[in-house]
Amino acid sequence: MIENWMILAIASVMLVIATGIGRWLRNQESLSLDLRTVEAYNARVQAWWAFAVLLAISFFYPKLTVALFGAISFWALREFVSLTPTSTGDHRALFWVFAFFTPMQFILVAYNNYGLYNVLIPVYAFLFIAARVAFSGDFSQFLERVAKVQSGLMLCVYCLSFAPALLFLRFPTSTTEAPLREDANAELLFFFITIALIADLMQFLWNRLYGKHIIAEKVDPVRTWEGLIGGAITTAIISTALAWAAPFPHWYQAPAMSLVIALMASAGTMTMSALKRDRGELATGTFVEGHGGVLNRIDSICFAAPVFFHLTRYFFAAT
Amino acid sequence: MITETLLTWIARFISGVSVRWVDSQPDTCQRVYFANHTSHLDVVLVWSALPPHIRKLTRPIAAKDYWDGGWVRRKLAKTFNAMLIDRTEIKVHQSPIDLMLREIGKTQSLIIFPEGGRTPGGEVGEFKSGLYYLSKKRPELELIPVHINNMNRILPRGEVLPVPLLSSVTFGPPMWLEAGEAKMNFLTRAREAVLNLKDS
Repeated sequence: MIENWMILAIASVMLVIATGIGRWLRNQESLSLDLRTVEAYNARVQAWWAFAVLLAISFFYPKLTVALFGAISFWALREFVSLTPTSTGDHRALFWVFAFFTPMQFILVAYNNYGLYNVLIPVYAFLFIAARVAFSGDFSQFLERVAKVQSGLMLCVYCLSFAPALLFLRFPTSTTEAPLREDANAELLFFFITIALIADLMQFLWNRLYGKHIIAEKVDPVRTWEGLIGGAITTAIISTALAWAAPFPHWYQAPAMSLVIALMASAGTMTMSALKRDRGELATGTFVEGHGGVLNRIDSICFAAPVFFHLTRYFFAAT
Repeated sequence: MITETLLTWIARFISGVSVRWVDSQPDTCQRVYFANHTSHLDVVLVWSALPPHIRKLTRPIAAKDYWDGGWVRRKLAKTFNAMLIDRTEIKVHQSPIDLMLREIGKTQSLIIFPEGGRTPGGEVGEFKSGLYYLSKKRPELELIPVHINNMNRILPRGEVLPVPLLSSVTFGPPMWLEAGEAKMNFLTRAREAVLNLKDS
């Protein structure tokens, strides 16, 4: 328990420092920094604060954390669907996506029904959406329309729900291998989010400082191979220093996990960029501005969460 | 009061609305807000997008045949102080325009939907002439164009259950009926004022 408090204290101090740097950068004209870059950084710091509050809650009330992640998912999904043109024939399928599948996914996570929440969206929502759209009687661009709704649900709800699902993994109390402590769940979530955020920041810095070889200019004009690889390796090195706060028994496990998280996070931001490019900057409409863009903040976590969850479950948890 | 707050919050939750004022400011002067109409929630949405002290002075015009049907709708219409107009029985000697002007007196503002009904598919239909006759009789009233975006996807015509996407309500700069302006020109200009807000 005392370790949890220490982690929270350190996270708060780090956040205060990060916020301070943001304020300082904003007032530095001599550095000739791109103002948009500074504002992008500040927006990131704000999201970090939100996650820190979320994590503080997760140490004490896991179910409340699930509910908060559910709210984030809900908001991300409504952004996703708002930006994606759907037709009137999709209305009723969408209604059930919002009214049933999204809340149900998180309820199943909160009650730790792994067997069901693992298949609810990939199998049952998949079947339901296709059938409901077919029943609506409008068959134009059928496959495309079904895929839009389904991928929104997969990305914003299914994938993200694996982050709070970490809170309910059970660990064996006696094995020959050095086990995870029984109360390691909140630390797992903390470790995961912190690494995802650090990976985001490291990649951002590498792109700015050493970026040369752009991965796919049409999708994202600033992301480079240097950023992807350098960022992931730096994140792994930093996580070695943070390994004492990580719940893993061996020293090499934290950096190995971090490497995977960082690479998945990059894949996530890259995919989301492609999605936004496809919609076009202009097509975003007037309704998303002023809402800050939840989707932009969770893209890295969406992709990394299921992978981190399954690795942890496979190597450490009692199944 | 409680119903009002509750209703406002429910409407805001369902519609995820962001309110924008483009070259325009909220004001207590007498105004006619005219908006495109795509869903039953539009009335509540525009009304609740106004600041509370202006909301008190503003009366949405709603169709009597819909809002007078049943206890709940009547109660709702009363909560947001709607003026119910009979669409089916418009006669010369009881013109709805005169009725509206009599009701608002020298203090209240109006919210009207000049398309006269909900237009499906996110388009903006042709405007009926009510807006023209309103400003002809009271040319000093400020006409504020209002554009409602994306509501046609949240609660399309013919659907009962809403899908909680995001929408926006945009208030534009005031306009007036020019002296001697022809009816058709004025209505086209008004419609374009609403359409222009879509991308501003």
